[in-house]
Amino acid sequence: MKSLLPILAAFLLSACTGASLRGTGDMGIVIERASGSVAVVDSSTKSILGRIEGLGDLSHASAVYSRDGRYAYVFGRDGGLTKVDLLERRIARRIIQAGNSIGGAISQDGRLVAAQNYQPGGVKVFDADTLELLADIPATYGDGGQRSKVVGLADVPGNKFAFALFDAGEIWVADLSRPREPKVTKFRNIGNQPYDGLVTPDGRHYMAGLFGEDGIALVDLWKPEQGARKILANYGKGVEKLPVFKMPHLRGWAVAGGRAYLPAIGKHEVLVVDTASWQEVGRIPVKGQPVFVMARPDGRQIWVNFAFPDYSHVQVIDTLEQKVVQSLSPGKAVLHMEFTPRGENVWISARDDNRVVVYDTASFSKLTELPAQNPSGIFFTSRAARIGF
Amino acid sequence: MNCRPYINHIPDRAVAALFLCLLAPAAAPAADPSPERTRELVRMVRQDCGSCHGLTLKGGLGPPLLPETLREKPAESLRYTVLLGRPGTPMPPWNAFMTEAEADWIVQQLMAGFPEETR
Repeated sequence: MKSLLPILAAFLLSACTGASLRGTGDMGIVIERASGSVAVVDSSTKSILGRIEGLGDLSHASAVYSRDGRYAYVFGRDGGLTKVDLLERRIARRIIQAGNSIGGAISQDGRLVAAQNYQPGGVKVFDADTLELLADIPATYGDGGQRSKVVGLADVPGNKFAFALFDAGEIWVADLSRPREPKVTKFRNIGNQPYDGLVTPDGRHYMAGLFGEDGIALVDLWKPEQGARKILANYGKGVEKLPVFKMPHLRGWAVAGGRAYLPAIGKHEVLVVDTASWQEVGRIPVKGQPVFVMARPDGRQIWVNFAFPDYSHVQVIDTLEQKVVQSLSPGKAVLHMEFTPRGENVWISARDDNRVVVYDTASFSKLTELPAQNPSGIFFTSRAARIGF
Repeated sequence: MNCRPYINHIPDRAVAALFLCLLAPAAAPAADPSPERTRELVRMVRQDCGSCHGLTLKGGLGPPLLPETLREKPAESLRYTVLLGRPGTPMPPWNAFMTEAEADWIVQQLMAGFPEETR
């Protein structure tokens, strides 16, 4: 009987994991916005492997990955931070860490998960294994009595996190090399109402888009002593003050071939910027107000989705031709797009049609459709290896 | 004169409606949109307004749109915020996508507790 135990244990273990041994490099999750669940997907077989429920309010949810690609950390609007095990398809840990949250990031060494919060405004840093709170960084400003909503949180090299304070007009860089003793460098008066931010793929520049004025605040993280400067003074709504029906997401900002492609705010244009001079070098007319402007991993194509009411369309820009070469209608209310790690396919969520549509990026043919409940964000594990994701 | 215990027996919804009538006598009670349009409007508020105010309307980049946070605000000004937006903030005008009567209906529903989407 004793000799049977290891066999029994092995059997039970394999029964728990529910599948044979596999890696996670071609896995991902799709946020199911209304039902508080995520679908675990396989981008090789283009299929849904299972669902994990009980993640709370996932309106405006986002996710980052452990560096081994096994766990997704899902940040929910209700302040929930859920660590999801893709292999066992279950919730490994879940905490409510704030009243109102907008997203998060994982540190360079993979040991820290940071959440950016609107209410109470600030950043909280957790142990990636246990979700134990390690540091609380309130986004206080002015006389110290007010707290700002935090936007644009991104991991930057050196186990640091950069983020912007919407109400205060500041960029902060928090050094978490000693996790319980964060050291915060503050860049003040960077501009009015930063609404989102990103770090460039090389981890050098942190940029925050400004809503309250034209332009983008830029910090060179290699030369922080130079402070923040404003670039693209003509970037923004301009004199017309056009209405914006959905805030663009800068996380998807595409950098390809020495050029950055940015959503124009309130305009039906994608802006093209030289990343050496940070000067605007072109504008590409598109169908609506861009929300996500994302480069295929090889940089040859830029895929764009749009704000209400043009949100049933997706357009593709060819970066050599610098113009739209394809228009697609994947379904009603396209909220997000995600490329497979090397870009041969793109997955697109169509919220109101309750489906995820997979396209071949070379032929633009539709490969398959997968059912999902009000799908929004799609996050593949390849994000685990990218700075700023 | 203590009418408090009595008021407690009135459903919140009715109190909110009464409040609305007292505050905005000029705005006649909005005629309810058709069932199909109602579904569209509920979806628009939950999903599109929800991208800033939260799917549960508890707030996000934009403020919460719950009955307790709106109670002190005049319905008339809320209607114009919906229709014309709020300059200096990210709130855009929605008048290209709904009538004034529909904006009134949305405001009424928000003040009473906004309906969930039916599916």
